[in-house]
Amino acid sequence: MSGLRAAMAQLARNRLAAVGLALCAAIALVALAAPLLPLPDPNATAPADRLLRPGAPGHPLGTDHLGRDILSRLVWGARVSIAVGLSATAIAAAAGSLIGLVAGYAGGRVDGALMRAIDVVMAFPYILLALGVVAVLGPGLMNALFAIAVVNVPFFARTIRGVTLGLSRREFVEAARLSGASHATILFSEVAPNVAPVIVVTMSTTVGWMILETAGLSFLGLGAQPPQADLGAMLGEGRGLLFTAPHVSVIPGVVIFALVMSINLLGDGVRDALDPRLKAGALAAPGAATAVRRSGAGEPAKGEGLAVSGLVTEFASGGRSLRALDGVDFAVAPGERLALVGESGSGKSVAALSLTRLVPSPPGAITAGRVDFAGEDLLAAAPERLRRLRGDRVAYIFQDPLTTLHPLFTVGAQVAEALRAHAPLGRKAAREKAAELLEMVRIPAARRRLDAYPHELSGGMRQRACIAMALANDPALLIADEPTTALDVTVQAQVLDLMRGLAEARGTAVLFITHDFGVVSALCDRVAVMYAGRIVESGPTAQVLADPAHPYTAGLIACVPVLGRPDRALAAIEGLPPAPDALPPGCPFAPRCPHVEARCEAARPPLAPVGEGRAAACVKPLAGAA
Amino acid sequence: MGAYILKRLALTVPILVGLSIVVFAMMALIPGDPATAILGAYATPENVERLNRQLGLDRPLVAQYFTWAGNLLQGDMGRSFALNRPVADEVFERFGATLVLAGAALVLASALGLLAGIISAVRQFGWTDRALTLLVLVGVSTPSFWLGLLLIMLFAVELRWLPASGMFAIYGGGDLPDLLAHLAMPAVTLAVVAAGVIARLTRTAMLEVLRQDCISTARAKGVAERRVIYVHAFKAALVSVIPLIGVQAGFVLGGAVYVETVFQWPGVGRMLVDAIARRDLLLVQGGVLVVAAFYVLFNLLADVAQTLVDPRLR
Amino acid sequence: MSAPPPPAIEARGLTRVFGGGRSLLGVRRPGVHAAQDVSLAAHAGRTLGVVGESGCGKSTVARMLAGLDRPTKGAVLLDGEDVTARRGVAERARRVQYVFQDPIASLNPRKTIRQTLEAPMRRLLGMGAPARAARLDDLMAAVGLRAAFLDRHPHEFSGGQAQRIAIARALAAEAKVVVLDEPVSALDVSVQAQVLTLLKRLRAELGLTLVFISHDLAVVETISDDLAVMYFGRVVEAGPARAVYAAPRHPYTDLLLRSAPRPGVERLEAERGAADLPDPLAPPPGCAFAARCPRAEPRCRAERPELDEGGDDGARVACWRPLR
Repeated sequence: MSGLRAAMAQLARNRLAAVGLALCAAIALVALAAPLLPLPDPNATAPADRLLRPGAPGHPLGTDHLGRDILSRLVWGARVSIAVGLSATAIAAAAGSLIGLVAGYAGGRVDGALMRAIDVVMAFPYILLALGVVAVLGPGLMNALFAIAVVNVPFFARTIRGVTLGLSRREFVEAARLSGASHATILFSEVAPNVAPVIVVTMSTTVGWMILETAGLSFLGLGAQPPQADLGAMLGEGRGLLFTAPHVSVIPGVVIFALVMSINLLGDGVRDALDPRLKAGALAAPGAATAVRRSGAGEPAKGEGLAVSGLVTEFASGGRSLRALDGVDFAVAPGERLALVGESGSGKSVAALSLTRLVPSPPGAITAGRVDFAGEDLLAAAPERLRRLRGDRVAYIFQDPLTTLHPLFTVGAQVAEALRAHAPLGRKAAREKAAELLEMVRIPAARRRLDAYPHELSGGMRQRACIAMALANDPALLIADEPTTALDVTVQAQVLDLMRGLAEARGTAVLFITHDFGVVSALCDRVAVMYAGRIVESGPTAQVLADPAHPYTAGLIACVPVLGRPDRALAAIEGLPPAPDALPPGCPFAPRCPHVEARCEAARPPLAPVGEGRAAACVKPLAGAA
Repeated sequence: MGAYILKRLALTVPILVGLSIVVFAMMALIPGDPATAILGAYATPENVERLNRQLGLDRPLVAQYFTWAGNLLQGDMGRSFALNRPVADEVFERFGATLVLAGAALVLASALGLLAGIISAVRQFGWTDRALTLLVLVGVSTPSFWLGLLLIMLFAVELRWLPASGMFAIYGGGDLPDLLAHLAMPAVTLAVVAAGVIARLTRTAMLEVLRQDCISTARAKGVAERRVIYVHAFKAALVSVIPLIGVQAGFVLGGAVYVETVFQWPGVGRMLVDAIARRDLLLVQGGVLVVAAFYVLFNLLADVAQTLVDPRLR
Repeated sequence: MSAPPPPAIEARGLTRVFGGGRSLLGVRRPGVHAAQDVSLAAHAGRTLGVVGESGCGKSTVARMLAGLDRPTKGAVLLDGEDVTARRGVAERARRVQYVFQDPIASLNPRKTIRQTLEAPMRRLLGMGAPARAARLDDLMAAVGLRAAFLDRHPHEFSGGQAQRIAIARALAAEAKVVVLDEPVSALDVSVQAQVLTLLKRLRAELGLTLVFISHDLAVVETISDDLAVMYFGRVVEAGPARAVYAAPRHPYTDLLLRSAPRPGVERLEAERGAADLPDPLAPPPGCAFAARCPRAEPRCRAERPELDEGGDDGARVACWRPLR
């Protein structure tokens, strides 16, 4: 399977894991080959040769208090430790996974009963339960193995149950039911294969721990019994000789450490290779500002508003570089409301975030272009200068108000924070101002809502709070990234109405990102249409809607159903946008364009004027050909 | 909030009952004649008979459990035959010493773990992060019983800075500096693994939180980067770190068994190991029960702390 | 003339309560009525659109129609036959299929498209391997995908392609009724049009009956013959789609239509007050919309209106003061 091969390749690339694998394999190989190696009998005592130091003839690592060869005992002891650790892991994984699968899939009472039982077992501090089991069964290696396995069952059961629970609520499980699959079939052939990587990861990250714990029980004298010895028992036996012959206890400790360390290195590698969250490199935490790596800064733009030219933003992904923005040009004059319209992947959100360098970096980076705001090149600004601009002169509103507000702070505190980040306000004054702002966005009972947490508000109220936060410092430019997409249609109407009213009253310029031409009409004077990381058309909203110049704009308008016109034929745009790592040399829309000609595919058409205040990146625009 | 604590407290009761059933069942599961098993092969017939009567072994198991649990509620855990004193007296005397050790280790582990985790996350991919990650890996791979021996060899035998064993000096000890000197090595030994685990999870939690939309929002409104990390991100990360500290309390309480054995610390752990070796099963039962009950209550505290941080859980 | 044939699928008084019951100590737990007394019908070969905002219960109803959830009260009828009491999803699945909102999530990431599509044929229809192979090619052609895609895994597809596959799976069981829960909401607009066109074509070619759930009024309008508008767990207006869209009778339907942004319309009409739903744990005694309704009178708050018998055009409304 391709997924498995990719995981193996990833594992091979991980240097630490490779070291772990090598060390682990070496120890395992020696332990496996113990009967074939020319070693003395590990249990043969020789009182005359007791406590020989390492390097003694015939005993490279010396002898213990009974004159037994330490090297030989180490090799045989490692064999026992590894076997016991692996067996305990296998037993715990099998029993725990089964419980977890059944509990997570069945849910309800079965889940409740199984999990309460697991809770009780987990209520015992780990080793204590193992001690209890050994106390009942009596000391011995098999009993220790059993005890360690038992205490680890809850860990597996809980982990696997959590994953299974999540998967069982996924649509594909219900789809399988509708395909006629029985519960057993679904559990073992639909759910279990998806849980398997988690089981493997959990095993690989716990096997080292189990070896350590069985060694621990043997160290206490509760595991392996004389004369048989595992690594822990050797350490335990040598403990009394710490002052006279430290090598007897130190050497087995070194081997346990090396063994466990190598297994943990390998286990982490396996986890990184199989964990889908890590696979995408998604766990990289972005810094405070997007990295800028451009060769030249270009010509500064004049004017008070926002001017973007030749902006290129790339994302590093699996060694490749994906161009999310491929040379974007647009401008927003003071007080103007511009809509940036496009489908997902067109780069419209990346464009919005690039302006004040909020694109997550890594993996993102701005590699060319300029962003001028009020005569200043933002891509050259120092981090502290950017911070002062953000939320003050340039403010943002994002799509989903539930995730964009911090869940652990009150709404009032978050609005006040926006104020205090930019003005020397006291707590009380900031709170007072925050209350006024919440009133301004027409939140009912605003003063009481100051102390509400985001989850206590409805979606519409949350988005109003976000708007209050964005307008706190009376910005010159408000950037709104799909702020109404997550809202219901009646709430959306209210929020759009509010935004329009406030922007008009305060003369705030707005850059509004959306995929919906209806929303554009309701709010924006001008519109810029994006496709495959470029602006393909721009102009006054009414004109572009009535008479689109670029075939893509025309297609986008024609394919959306319009309320009140149910009989209008939907002209779907066939095909898909180009992948960002395989942009064609010519017009990116050429492969889907009904009017395509040979010259379209030869070179990328520049954004050129097509009539008053309008521009299109097309060799033969549909309208306004001047 | 008060109602929540009460509700949570009520949920703890079934766990404690379950705990007592498991501990009771352990004794019932002992193969062969329990009285002989508990008292050992050299027990006098009178003692065996007395214990049989005391345990009420002729009655059904459920009745035995209720008698046992009733005694337990009155603080009667039976009598240790090896020590010839009430189990409760011995356990609570020893438990104090374990609490000092485990408490010190948990505080140390939490402080070091949180700090290392945050630094590691903020300096992700830098050399500090790599060094800390490797150090953490070494920490969680080190057998504590071996680390303890190494520390004794270095600080007690070679350098003679710290005492090798015990909780207080035999002559002239008993004050706080004496306790701290005896506590230093065992507490560090016990804290190493827990610190590593906490550091790992703190790093992951911080990285996960730093990618969230609410962090972008904080940056977009011009909040200073220090505040973004130490207030916004850390508070969100705490929500998942607090329960982990609760779990680590269990590992520290359990791990005390090794450390107390190595350093001759007079706690419950060492008592348990000795009791198992002597087959003093009532003492084992009492010790396990008390430590587990304490652990359950500690996790209750962790739950409440988590609820204080996260209003969504209320 | 004989009696008209019964609807292909019908809901009669469907109610679904989540939670509720009593706790261990006998304390009554509050229950949330996700759907209450919902009655609707889709006739053979027609499309019933169900619209409403989040939390109105439209998905709950859809799941009960497909047998994915069991109603607390009420019945589901297929061709006039009550199938509510039948346990087991498989039997119902032969007659009603379902398409999910998130196409990628509705496909098992570890199975090939072939495995996914073969499952209903094998399990529900008992088809042998040669018959399945022939049918697979037909299905892929029907939804406009190349047969070469059969041996790929879901992650290799775009959202639109995945939704075509999900539709193919629904067709594989040869059910005559397909319930679609927000089937185009997760898709980009250009892809959305492709899927809507496909659905219209399939309905005509295969004589399917569709129940189309969506929050998007314009999308529902293009595909529906009949319409039901839901608010707070109940149907507030139902009737022929054209009639309801042209002249809504319920003030809520009217508000929905006025709130929807349309290209070329510069001003949206927005309510002034809070657009919040009532507390589901303490539902109001009267009409749930009364608190937001500009036409509300005291009776609206005190007494709940039932769906009326309908006007000349067949549009029924649950309102004391309908707009017409």
